[in-house]
Amino acid sequence: MDAIWLIPALPVAGFLLLVVAGRKLGDPAAGWVATLAVAGSFVVSAAVFLHLLGLPAEERNVTVTLWQWLPAGSFQVSFGLFFDQLSGVMCLFITGIGALIHLYAVGYMKGDPHYSRFFVYLNLFVASMLLLVLGDNLLMTFLGWEGVGACSYLLISFWFTDPANASAGKKAFVTNRIGDLGFMLATFLLFVSLGTVNYTEINAAAPKLAGVTATAVALLFFLAATGKSAQLPLFVWLPDAMAGPTPVSALIHAATMVTSGVFLLTRLSGVMAEAGWANGLIAWVGVLTALVAAGAGVAQNDIKKVLAYSTVSQLGFMFLAVGTQNYVGAIFHMITHAFFKALLFLGAGAVIYSMAHEQDMRRYGNLRKYLPVTFVTMGIGWLAISGIPPFSGFWSKDEVLAGAFNAGPAGPVLWFLGITAAVLTAFYMTRLMIMTFFGGAEHWRTDAAESLPEGGADEDAELSVAGHDTGHGAHSDDAGHDHHHLTPDHTPREAPVTMLLPLVVLAGLAVVGGLMNLPFSHRLENLAIWIEPVLAGEHELPGAAVLWVLAILATAGAVLGVWFSYRVYQQHKVAPEKVEKPVLAHAWYIDETYAKVVGGPGEASFDAVAEFDQKVVDGAVNGVGSGTRWIGRALRPLQPGFVRSYALGVAVGSVLVLAFVVTRMSL
Amino acid sequence: MTLQLTGSWYLVLAAMIFAIGAVGLMVRRNPLVMFMCVELMLNAVNLTFVTFSRLLDDVGGQAVVFFVLVVAAAEVVVGLAIIVAIMRRRQGANADDVSLMRG
Repeated sequence: MDAIWLIPALPVAGFLLLVVAGRKLGDPAAGWVATLAVAGSFVVSAAVFLHLLGLPAEERNVTVTLWQWLPAGSFQVSFGLFFDQLSGVMCLFITGIGALIHLYAVGYMKGDPHYSRFFVYLNLFVASMLLLVLGDNLLMTFLGWEGVGACSYLLISFWFTDPANASAGKKAFVTNRIGDLGFMLATFLLFVSLGTVNYTEINAAAPKLAGVTATAVALLFFLAATGKSAQLPLFVWLPDAMAGPTPVSALIHAATMVTSGVFLLTRLSGVMAEAGWANGLIAWVGVLTALVAAGAGVAQNDIKKVLAYSTVSQLGFMFLAVGTQNYVGAIFHMITHAFFKALLFLGAGAVIYSMAHEQDMRRYGNLRKYLPVTFVTMGIGWLAISGIPPFSGFWSKDEVLAGAFNAGPAGPVLWFLGITAAVLTAFYMTRLMIMTFFGGAEHWRTDAAESLPEGGADEDAELSVAGHDTGHGAHSDDAGHDHHHLTPDHTPREAPVTMLLPLVVLAGLAVVGGLMNLPFSHRLENLAIWIEPVLAGEHELPGAAVLWVLAILATAGAVLGVWFSYRVYQQHKVAPEKVEKPVLAHAWYIDETYAKVVGGPGEASFDAVAEFDQKVVDGAVNGVGSGTRWIGRALRPLQPGFVRSYALGVAVGSVLVLAFVVTRMSL
Repeated sequence: MTLQLTGSWYLVLAAMIFAIGAVGLMVRRNPLVMFMCVELMLNAVNLTFVTFSRLLDDVGGQAVVFFVLVVAAAEVVVGLAIIVAIMRRRQGANADDVSLMRG
């Protein structure tokens, strides 16, 4: 089973091939090459996975050391891959969903002038992500971590001719750097205290860590995770990341990259088990993120922004699970979320595609008649994310919330906040579905100016750094991307089959995803049985009776959210303005506050630092230079160039030395 | 009393020759004369070596003299070559004119 090196190597090969020959292959061959590379990677992952399935639990891992990466004395870091129960599951869904999204992108990016460049980045991203999860030590993971960050930057600003897209990419990159600092510091700290960066060794040695060190490591890694996985307070980049092409949003900013923080903390469950109160903090940040982002999702009009805030919110659920040491729940929700969120994003992409790149939901309406396949598949995604049984989202969300309910005295509070976020989720997802597919009126037929009431939300669309998916390059020579080609006589048409096929497959997965881990008996908890051998930390789900009550309450909450949304947006019993408060449309003004703080006192202090650098640091450096020159000038007369004065110097010197020796000897 | 020619006479003579050479080196500007002054100083030292060799009955001092002679010969070769090169470029020889190495 040494073939696991093929898993990251195939996308790397695809990347290299496309760098060299991508332009020549062109549209659509380049896309197919990229898709095949990732699909091949999936086949290898699945083969290794099946092989491991036949082994007893403690032998289910493969380590392949490709070469010594950093042989520095006693500090050896190998370029090693580690395929075990956890990274295997990650590999399967990264390559599986990745391949589907590549396939989708073959259709979605059709006609883009930089078609092959898109797939170059996409393959590089998959390769980096696989290195991130397969690395057997922290440095390998960091390599992948930075790789996915760079690819995310490149892909968010893929249509960089629009300054909004370019700055959205920069925002993502800069925000992520803050988190990366935490990653590096935590790695250094672990290396100093344990002398290794290898995961197996770290988890084995973790009980020897001092409690404070373990807490600090956990908090620093959590800082890294808040950056990459878009948690409070660093989530602001993710909604803007929607400036990238929709397949990118689905792959990177919903299904895979943003879950790497959850993966990292799960991988280090041994350290987390020693981390004490850091776990509680993670749970609270997670549940608050879920709540804050779900609130913001209620009042967005850009279809992709709704989904972006929804992603932030769902990631919050995963961190709630991590913080309550319910790693199985976190991974379970990560996987089902990857299914239904990729589905929803790709569905949104199909809608955007059919609506001439209009992303404002207020100009949609009644699309179910025109886009039946998209409607049905997105409907399944909607039921899954809202937590309606028996769809996958219900099972995983219920497991997360039930785990939280049982987590100490604060558990019921965490559970209540979580269930509130879940109700909001059902509400805004129903709103999205109604505004897009129902509502009777076909809003694009009426004039844009009439149909859009002036208000806070409009202002938001202008203020936001990255409002729109700016359309294909074919349109990008157009002066303004905001002038969409959506005309009153537009007829929405279903997307091509390469785009619909991934939707159908993902919809199927979103339906049956819950089968992975059914809570009815322990024999049905396949995922838990599979993953638990590599996890540390204890959590206990509540007893069956409580579990039933919680599940019924959760379902009731979801139905409540859907029903209320139905009353507002379909029956118009309540004015939408009562729900869509400006504070929600502005996402609690968090972005604006950052802008004010960094722009005001922040900028002043940066200037002060720059001043200090110029005056004190540079002053010292320049001072050394000019001081040396000054001394040199003072010493110049000593070198007159006259041989005779040198001779005089030698003579006087000899006499002095002689005198010194003579006097010393006579003493 | 008869004048006894003791070792100290030789030493005093050597010191005087050395002083003449040293002063000459510093006050004269003609490179050739300066060269001769250097030779004076070298030979004064040689004389001292030979004297002490005799006084202490140690042949090592005389051996050193041979080394000094060899080095002096080599130095004369190089030094004269430099002087000839300077003489070719300018009329008259003045050590103070050659001060390009001024700091």
